[in-house]
Amino acid sequence: MAALTPETLPAPATVPEPGARPGRPRRFRAWRGVILFFAAVYFLVPLIASFAFTVKEPDQGFSLDAYGQIFSAEGFGRSILLSLGLGVATIALVLLLTLPAMLAVRLSVPKLRPVLEIVCTLPLVVPPITFVAGISRVLQWGPDYLATTPLYQTIISVQNPDFPIVLVLAYVVLALPFAYRALDAGLGAMDVRTLVEAARNLGASWPHLLFRVIVPNLRAALASAAFLTLALVLGEFTIAQLLSYQTFPVWIYTISDSQAQVSVAVSVFSLLITWLLLLGLSSAGARQRSGS
Amino acid sequence: MNGARVEFRGLRRTFGSTTALDGLDLTVEPGELVALLGPSGCGKTTALRCLAGFEHPDEGEILVDGSDITPVPANRRDAGMVFQSYSLFPNMSVKENVAFGMRVRKAPAAKRHARAQELLDLIGLPSIGDRYPHQLSGGQQQRVALARALALEPRVLLLDEPLSALDAKVRVTLREEIRRLQLSLGITTIFVTHDQEEALSMADRVAVLRAGRLEQVADPATLYDRPATPFVAEFVGTMNHIPGRVSGDRVTVLGQMLPVDGEVPGSTDVDVLVRPEAVLVTPEEDAGGLVMVSSFRGSIARLTVVLPDGTEVLSDVPGHDAVRLAPGTRVRVALVERPVLVSAATERAAGATPRAAVAVPEHNAV
Repeated sequence: MAALTPETLPAPATVPEPGARPGRPRRFRAWRGVILFFAAVYFLVPLIASFAFTVKEPDQGFSLDAYGQIFSAEGFGRSILLSLGLGVATIALVLLLTLPAMLAVRLSVPKLRPVLEIVCTLPLVVPPITFVAGISRVLQWGPDYLATTPLYQTIISVQNPDFPIVLVLAYVVLALPFAYRALDAGLGAMDVRTLVEAARNLGASWPHLLFRVIVPNLRAALASAAFLTLALVLGEFTIAQLLSYQTFPVWIYTISDSQAQVSVAVSVFSLLITWLLLLGLSSAGARQRSGS
Repeated sequence: MNGARVEFRGLRRTFGSTTALDGLDLTVEPGELVALLGPSGCGKTTALRCLAGFEHPDEGEILVDGSDITPVPANRRDAGMVFQSYSLFPNMSVKENVAFGMRVRKAPAAKRHARAQELLDLIGLPSIGDRYPHQLSGGQQQRVALARALALEPRVLLLDEPLSALDAKVRVTLREEIRRLQLSLGITTIFVTHDQEEALSMADRVAVLRAGRLEQVADPATLYDRPATPFVAEFVGTMNHIPGRVSGDRVTVLGQMLPVDGEVPGSTDVDVLVRPEAVLVTPEEDAGGLVMVSSFRGSIARLTVVLPDGTEVLSDVPGHDAVRLAPGTRVRVALVERPVLVSAATERAAGATPRAAVAVPEHNAV
């Protein structure tokens, strides 16, 4: 028998081809198409309608003018830069808060994990309107006898309209559930304890193992936490509007009164950018999974 | 590379209400391989983790070459460790994994690479340096983990059940390889396992732990032949308990007179402890024994034989005799003529049913 076995097995024969799986019954495939169609209608119709609205001109019929006007519109640059800056600051702060806390809980007090999870998920159930009402009440509070204290100055400086730190703080709270979920999935996919202990055993200090072992293996989770946070900040309207800061969504809303077409064009445009980011993110995640 | 002497002194560690270590005392000589063997929850892993610095003992001290290391943080201890679960860093290639410790110590790149290659040669995987952990088999991963642990030339090597996730064949070859490496490097090694066969086949000495205490520490042959306590007798291998009667320094059991090995208990009614391989069975038409169960394991078959008084006896016979001794066969049972261990017949005195053998779950004994 052994003599009949070829020395080198033809390698491709052992690997099943991706398409070679026995096909599902045609009935199921038809259903897949139907579901896809309805999902597509649900997402695409408003999008197409928005796009059609932005390119329709009374005289010419078709024009991309509205898109050209985006960049010259008053306040566009300032508001988008503000929102991006808030986004970056929020991402940095929320990751800095959640990652060490989650690692510490996983490694030394696993019993507290449900507590951390509940605390991080809580912002989802608090309506932003309640949240912002609370914030503005706190900001208004500032009795005169405190006027010379650092506390008062802090309250003033966090409300700086050029870069309202108070919005970063609020967005960190709003982003907690998303960051927590993303990081929890990432940490769950690796054996954190063993990796930490292996690195400690090989002499790594805590910062070394955090940046050389944990963070590189969490890249996809960190990216998705960052992305979700950025999307949240770029789209958050209620809090910024009620605290009267000109963030990107507030600006879109403001100009929709005077330049309706431009405001919709900006929305379509920002959606496009978000998609591109998402695409880049998921392909980065895929690259990491393949390990190259 | 030379091994260090490791001493556990009165080590105590509790987790809530459970006591993992209850005053463990154990000395491991330089260059020795000691296996910590015991059922799960006996504290063997806790002892190892205390030595690695991942747990802190509530009481007691751990001496490495005479100096107490309990206050030293885990990343400053001179002990390489191989973990039970796959512990290679997924984001690094095999070479980077092996060189990780040297990188932490800021060794120059050329030196790191040379040393990593040297270690990959040592573990017999010279050409996988550029692969990533997920491209390796379980056995390869554990080999690389071993290379990584040895890269810093530690004076103590800690193995926390490194083979338990591997399949039987790989496990046997890898344990032989670990032993070969350990002997050639002369590194003091502590090997935690729940697999008695692994412990007996690899270790210079085996330390059996029970509920955080040391039951016995001895070389494998002594441990198997002359277990110090009934617990060791039953945990290591399988023991028959056959009722017997002591007279002087001899004991009558199954109609045979055998010399007693070790201490003779005060009572005359005793349990005679006999290994299954020391129980001889021969088919005979009108004999009293009856083969009830035959479990075939390739090289041997383990028979459960019921004696006329209801006692069950386990017997190991060569695998090729299994057909001749199928269940239902009448057999005569005799013991090999050699000194036997006896223990006071506690179980029957307590009113328990005559139980002859306590079989410990064995892990791929074949």
